[in-house]
Amino acid sequence: MERTLTRYIRALRSAGAGVSTTEAMDAARTVDVVGWADRGVLKTALGTVLAKSVEEKAIHDQLFELYFSREAASAAAAEGQTGESGDPDTGRPGDGEAGADPQPGDADGGEGGEGGDPVEALAALAQGKNPGQLAMALERAGAAAGVDEIRFATQSGYFVRKMMETMGVEALEARLMEALSRRTPEGEAEAEGLIGTRSALQKQARAFVEARFEIYGRSAQDAFMNEILAERSFGALGRSDTERMRALVERMAKRLAVRHARRRKVKDRGRLDVRRTLRANAGHDGVPFDIVWKIKRKDRPKIVAVCDVSGSVAQYVRFLLLFLHALKEKVTDLETFAFSAHLADVSRPLETLPFETAMRAIVDEVGSGGTDYGAAFLELDRDFGEVIDRRTTVLVLGDGRSNYSNPRLDVFKQIADQAKRLVWLCPEPATNWGSGDSCLLEYRPFCTLLTQCSTVTDLERALDEILMAYD
Amino acid sequence: MTDGAKQKETPAGLASVEAVTQMLAGTGYIATPEIATAVYLAHHLRKPVLIEGPAGVGKTDLARSVALGLEQPLIRMQCYEGLDESKALYEWKYGKQLLYTQILKDKIGHLVEDADSLDEALHKLTGFQDIFFSRDFLEPRPLLKAMEQSTGSVLLIDEIDKSDEEFEALLLEVLSDYQVTVPEIGTIAAQVPPLVVLTSNATRELGDALKRRCLHLHIDFPDADLEARIVRTRVPEVTERLLERLVDFVQAVRGENIRKLPSISETIDWARTLILLHADSLDPALVRSTLNVILKRQSDIAEVAGKVEALLVGGDKAGR
Repeated sequence: MERTLTRYIRALRSAGAGVSTTEAMDAARTVDVVGWADRGVLKTALGTVLAKSVEEKAIHDQLFELYFSREAASAAAAEGQTGESGDPDTGRPGDGEAGADPQPGDADGGEGGEGGDPVEALAALAQGKNPGQLAMALERAGAAAGVDEIRFATQSGYFVRKMMETMGVEALEARLMEALSRRTPEGEAEAEGLIGTRSALQKQARAFVEARFEIYGRSAQDAFMNEILAERSFGALGRSDTERMRALVERMAKRLAVRHARRRKVKDRGRLDVRRTLRANAGHDGVPFDIVWKIKRKDRPKIVAVCDVSGSVAQYVRFLLLFLHALKEKVTDLETFAFSAHLADVSRPLETLPFETAMRAIVDEVGSGGTDYGAAFLELDRDFGEVIDRRTTVLVLGDGRSNYSNPRLDVFKQIADQAKRLVWLCPEPATNWGSGDSCLLEYRPFCTLLTQCSTVTDLERALDEILMAYD
Repeated sequence: MTDGAKQKETPAGLASVEAVTQMLAGTGYIATPEIATAVYLAHHLRKPVLIEGPAGVGKTDLARSVALGLEQPLIRMQCYEGLDESKALYEWKYGKQLLYTQILKDKIGHLVEDADSLDEALHKLTGFQDIFFSRDFLEPRPLLKAMEQSTGSVLLIDEIDKSDEEFEALLLEVLSDYQVTVPEIGTIAAQVPPLVVLTSNATRELGDALKRRCLHLHIDFPDADLEARIVRTRVPEVTERLLERLVDFVQAVRGENIRKLPSISETIDWARTLILLHADSLDPALVRSTLNVILKRQSDIAEVAGKVEALLVGGDKAGR
């Protein structure tokens, strides 16, 4: 039973819930205390010991069901086997002749205690008359094939085949070939039966492998997919990636939030806070036992995002806004403006409506017409100039392609002077800056930072850098 | 630690998960299996419980109820920014120390009178115990106090997320070994390890080291059944008809897009309010006029006020 627990912990780890050694020991003690008998109690008990956050709890609950329902099945199988033919591992009574069987490719003898022909034994298994024995055989074949190492769904075919081979399917196939080559009605009938057996076994093995994949492989595959996605350009994302991307963005945002939510103040050692020191020591007759130092408070990050939502950049803006939105709760004061031909304050729809609906409304409102950066900056400065102060980072997202209109560098400079920092994220690679109608190079001298941002990793780096300025 | 000795000390209320549930029910706290299991394990594994969840779902109340049920003192420590060891562990009674030095001045003078040199006087003084830094001059703060209870205690460390990270580190010794080290005196170990409950509203992520040392319990908003049972226990005067409608309404409100969701304590307050107003059912006007009891933000109130009818009907349907 101890093995059951350690393997369960291994499964938890591969599912992405960190379990330390201490926690594993706690889990063992927990099992000592509550016992194996009541599954409900065991589940909640292990949940409190092994999972240390809501997310980990969810992983745990799901995996517990997956894992222990299987565990229960194979335990039942073990019992059935024991009752029938003694210890399954040591003796195989009545299996003596099987070893001498002339069938080629008889690797493992017959499974179970049926004795005689391994192919007959397989057929008996496949008919499912004895589910315990079948589960046992699958379990053993699974262990031999190393199914627990599965990482990707695409590997399941390989593992199914390996399991089948371990169970002795080659003997069955040889007989199948032989039966077919006889070209007699009896041969064909036999072949049909063998094909049935084979596909029934294959179905069982597949189900077994898929269950294992859910336990050990699913999250590894997810992690791998996320890794790929993080490096893929927003422009190249398909519809099917969007959901996964959202989850990824949320997780990254959470990571950033944790990193930057700490330390909102610094103790400024060296400058005595006389007033508070006197007050703190009034009880000691004014003798300064407790020294109180001045505390410097840090600014809360404040971001004004100005986003180009014209067709060419819209996809990038989605993810930037998604990211900022996810950060908002924790770290930042956020004002969002969207523009194409003219500029609008879109903070409110983003806050109140579901994200997708809000995005659609925004694009409908301002997304049409030729992009005009100069006009947008002018409107920003004229109508919303007061939101930009010395604590503000102005974050511009756009390709700087302004359809040859006046870039209004004077206004842009004024905005840059007013703000703490001005960061420009451009989806295009640096080689394209300044080509055609792009006026990025003209804006560049006024930016604190101008960087390419086309993948979610770029985005995370850029936002990390912005938040860093407030640490 | 020997399991046998521990087992002997197990109070009846902690004998099994069901016993915990019953003990808590006796104090008016309706515990889910998760909550009861966490309390049970906290005692048997000697580990603190870290409770997370939205405000007002009964995190602090759990500690209070456990203390009440076990008839042990509840020692509460409220965390806040800037909390340090002199407020959490112990402090020297400076005033008393000063006073005693003044009073004992003559006595000390008398003692060192016949010493010829400064060295000899010093030698004489060190021969005595360090009287000014002894237990008599130690002011125990909550953590030390909890260690010193001979009957055992429930130690509630409330809103740990409000404290600084340095304070978390300070807690580690207390939470894993149940002891406090005072440099001048030595290590004071707990006679009976207290049952420790930490609560957090997740305003910041807690350190891994702390989390690893604790059992984790997340209390969320209850479902309608549980909420009805809780309100019934806390506000026995409420009629079944009102209770059902009220709980359904609150459950429906939690599905709305509002900033601060109402929690159980708000539901209970609302039930009490409605009793005071002699209401035995809900109608839109009544709901609107008392909405400020369950919603604490003006924008939330405005949001829900416009939908009261729909939510009442919706709750009705869900209730049937």
